[in-house]
Order: sequence, then C-alpha cells, then structure tokens
Amino acid sequence: MELLSPAGSLPALKAAVDEGADAIYLGLKDDTNARHFAGLNFTDKTMAQGVNYAHDRNRRVHVAVNTFAHPNRSQAWFDAVKKTHDMGADVLIASNIAVLEHAATHYPEMELHLSVQAAATNVAAINFFKQFGVKRVVLPRVLSYQQVANLAQDTDIELEVFAFGSLCIMAEGRCYLSSYMTGESPNTVGACSPAKFVRWQETDLGLESRLNDVLIDRFAEGENAGYPTLCKGRFNVEGEITHALEEPTSLNTLSLLPQLNNIGISALKIEGRQRSPAYTRQVTQTWRRAIDAMKKNPAEFQVHDEWNKCLSALSEGSQTTLGAYERTWQ
Amino acid sequence: MKFSMGNIQFYWDKQSTTDFYQQVADSSVEYVYLGESVCSKRRELRLDDWLEVGRELSKKGKAVVLSSLALLEAKSELATLKKVCFNGELEVEANDFGAVEILSEAKVPFVAGAALNIYNQHDLKVLLDRGMTRWIAPVELSRDWLVNLSKGCEEIGIKDKFETEVYGYGYLPLAYSARCFTARSEDRPKDQCNLCCIKYPEGRKIDSQEGLELFRMNGIQTMSGSIQNLINDLPSMAGLVDIVRISPHSMEAIEWVDKFRNALVDKTRMPLEGFCNGYWHKIEGMKAV
Repeated sequence: MELLSPAGSLPALKAAVDEGADAIYLGLKDDTNARHFAGLNFTDKTMAQGVNYAHDRNRRVHVAVNTFAHPNRSQAWFDAVKKTHDMGADVLIASNIAVLEHAATHYPEMELHLSVQAAATNVAAINFFKQFGVKRVVLPRVLSYQQVANLAQDTDIELEVFAFGSLCIMAEGRCYLSSYMTGESPNTVGACSPAKFVRWQETDLGLESRLNDVLIDRFAEGENAGYPTLCKGRFNVEGEITHALEEPTSLNTLSLLPQLNNIGISALKIEGRQRSPAYTRQVTQTWRRAIDAMKKNPAEFQVHDEWNKCLSALSEGSQTTLGAYERTWQ
Repeated sequence: MKFSMGNIQFYWDKQSTTDFYQQVADSSVEYVYLGESVCSKRRELRLDDWLEVGRELSKKGKAVVLSSLALLEAKSELATLKKVCFNGELEVEANDFGAVEILSEAKVPFVAGAALNIYNQHDLKVLLDRGMTRWIAPVELSRDWLVNLSKGCEEIGIKDKFETEVYGYGYLPLAYSARCFTARSEDRPKDQCNLCCIKYPEGRKIDSQEGLELFRMNGIQTMSGSIQNLINDLPSMAGLVDIVRISPHSMEAIEWVDKFRNALVDKTRMPLEGFCNGYWHKIEGMKAV
C-alpha cells in the first residue's frame, strides 16, 4: 500500500520525499488541475527539479491534469498531457474523457490514473473508463468502507482512496455549488470557493466570512474561524442556524488502516496540494509511521495518540471524521 | 425549438405523481422524462409503474425517456440501474458513466444526462460513438460555452449528429453526496430516514443567515435556491439548443410549458424577480440578468 503525498511546490515535494512518501502528486501552474491557486503548483523548471529529486530517491511523481478541457482551448489540456509525458513523470491523473482519450492514443505507454473528479463510484463506471487503459481509479469520498470493500472485490483495477485531508462532501467533479455562488467552476477553472471571492469583516455581530458577498458564517469571539468553503458554512434552515451541509472538519482514516490494507487498496492519498510544505512534511511523516507500524504487525495495530494529535492540529476546525466511510456520517 | 418535461427530482407521493403525469399527457410538451434520478430508496412508483405511466404518455404522442440514478454507491443500486437500462420499452437517460457503459455495451442508444461530465466536443464524440442520441448540457455551462462547443463539434464533423437540451426552467441540480441532508436536518440517520423527503415536495430551503435563498436540500442532492428561468433567453438559444427542459417542482411546471412556447412567438420579456439565469450569461448561477 503506497503513500501518496500532495505537493503544491518544490519544497513540499522535497519534504514529502524526505519523509517517506512513495509517490508525490502535483499540478502545473494553470487551470488544467483542480488546485489552481495563486502562488501554487509547478513551472517547467520546478517540475523538472521535482521529478529528478523524486527519481533520484526512487519515488514516483503523479501529475494531475484533472479539470475538464474547454471546447475552444482543449489544446492547453493536451499540452499538459504532453508535458507530463515529456518531463518523465510516472503517472498522469485525469478525469476528462477528452484528456484520457488523448493520453491513451498519443502516449499509450504512460500510466493513467482516473482522477477522483471523474466520480467513478461503481464497477460499471470503472469499466467505462477502462477503454482508456486506466490502471488505477481514485475513489470519490462518497463510499462507505463496506462499499469500498465490495468494489475492491468486484474489480481487477487498482484502487486508491483518500486517507486524510480536507473533506469534500459531494461526489467530486459533480458539485456546482461554487460556480452557482461565484461563477467560477472547480471543474473548469480549478478551484472551489476561490480565495479572490473571500472577504472577512469584523462587525457588531461578530467576525463574518463571505464568499462573493454571500454570508457563509459569522463567528462569536473565541470561535474557530475557518476558511469559507461554502459547503461548510452556517446557514438558516427554517429558523435554525446550522451547518446545514457539513461542519468544518477533515477526513482522517488512521483507524481504518489495517482494513484498507486487508482489502487490497493500492494507495492512500493525502489531500492538500494547497497547503504548506510544513503540512506535507508533518502529514507524510505521521502516515509513514502509521503505515510502517501497521505493516510490521497488522493484528496489533493501534493508532497512537500523538499521530491523531498531529493530524487534528492540521485539520479544518481541528476536527476529524471518518466521513462517508462510516455509515453514521451519511 | 421543442420542450421537454424533466423527471421529478423531488419525492412526491404516488397520487400526486400520477395526477401530474395526467396533466403532462394533455400538455403541449413533446418530450417527457420519467423515473428516479436522486435516491434509490424512493419507491412510491416502481419500474413497472413508471413504464405504465410511460405507455399512457406515449399514447398521447409524447416521446418518453426513463431517467436513471445519478449517484450509484451500493451493489443493489447497480442492479436496479441494469433493470432500468434493460426495461425494453423506453429510451434511457444515463446520469452516470456506469449507465453509459451498461447501455453502450448492450448497443442500446441513450440520452446523456446533465449529471455526466461532458464539457467539450471530444467528450461528445466518444459518447456519440457509444450510442448517444441526445445531450443534456451540464447546468453550469453558459451560452458562450455552447457557442464554442458548437464550433468545436463542427470542426470534427459531429455538429448535427445529436440533439442538445438545456435546463430552461426549474431548480437546478447542483451536487450529489453520500450524505442525506434532508434526513440529517431531521436528526435522522440515513439508514432510518423514514423517507422523510416526501414531506418536502419542493425540497427544504437553505438560506444564508441574512435571508438570501441559497440552496434547496433534496435528500442526497443539493439544488439551487432559486428557480432558473431562461424564458427571456430563448432567442439567444437559436441554432444552439434543440430542446428546452422544464424541470418540475410542482404542478405549476405545466403552465410554464405554454409560457415558454408563447414567449418564443411573441418575444415578450418578463421580469425575473425571484428567478436566476446567471449560468447562461456566464456569471454566478444564482444571479439574474
């Protein structure tokens, strides 16, 4: 079971490699990937350095070209595929049919992983994407543990699951909440709740966070004020002010580690290309320790308090959850 | 320009549903979509019931399509999907690539639903080759996007090989989750939801703390807080759109078929207060122009 860490920059990539990630995933500095944030991602130069750094230490680099190609600028996505190939990256992660098909026909030897943004949640959907020679599927964060286990049994394709990080509560790639509120779609622009629409304001009622002028949350003094990701706001449902969709919280599956290993999951993905190199370092280190401990003695595996403490401190709202893996969350 | 009645995305009781389709049968709409696309637990009407409704509508000259589930998680849902796909009578609207796979493997032509991520001409070409006859555009696409896409389709020689349909009127399906928001809003676990969605035939409102209507929860689906209304935008659809969909939230939907049809002829514009049409104009979906 491989540990796959996020890198939003060269220092983050190096930190992940140094702390024992088996592979690192990254994106280019444009809207061809789903973490298209200012100051983030890789230029030709940093990508070349990153690939070298990882390969010198026998680790693999995955490149996410996982937004959806625009009809009038599809070439930009095809160029990103070419770059991934020419720079010697090991894996292309894609979700768009156009991108998958282009990669399959032009670079048939390149390893293809189906991005979570393709929202393949069932065997039939996975079979659809097999036509492009996909070797691995990254599962959306909407399946219960049992459903993941069933899928693992029913398909011969490699499965990768999210192990830790910000929790997307909707089927990925199928959520238009952000474009409904801001006009920019994660699928086509590459960012959910983009920072340029965020505004913070101290008022008599408390600290307010807004996204494109829409009030997402209002915090009393001493309350933990998180980034206004719109599905984690506090809204009014028939008079009750509540986190109507989800609370600010992160996914943490440390406790599921032996089970995920047992059902043959190929890789554990850490979310967070938008986070700092320090985040990548700490999360990678913690997960490396946990995976190594589990591999050494699966039957006796126990989650150490210090691992959970470290991960909680790096989580949204300092809270973690098993998310959809656990039926009660649903 | 033709008009369609989308499938009911909310959970209505059987009587309301059959009453609705009796009126749809007598309406001027050319296409009718039936069936469940949101939650596999909603079984006021079973597949046989839907097929019966379909037969009655076909007798009245409607072209009927059976919609299918957008988010498939359990094996049982995949089994249900197969039954829908192999219903033997009605064309199917695929809302997940699993459905596309099942239908195309069986060489059954299909309609590509709005829940599929189809964004460009290359995507459409792949689906065309697998039997797509009609495409319902993802709700977040703008007129501009469709113009570019139409050019792209022309370039690769597929422009006239399928029909294009857009959501013209109704609450927009914006997201799907493992979580059932409606059950959660009643403090019920999803597995003991009591099918409580049936109490909210137009969904449950989610407003901002300042009273702005943001979303509607509809089980595992999140819909737009405002009704999208493209009645003033019909002239700008010429050459791009073949079918305009009315997506029902109440009986009122039937009146909108005629309102849209009349607007096509007399070209009058109506005030859009309370509605939205931003997506079509390449801005925030929730805004109105």
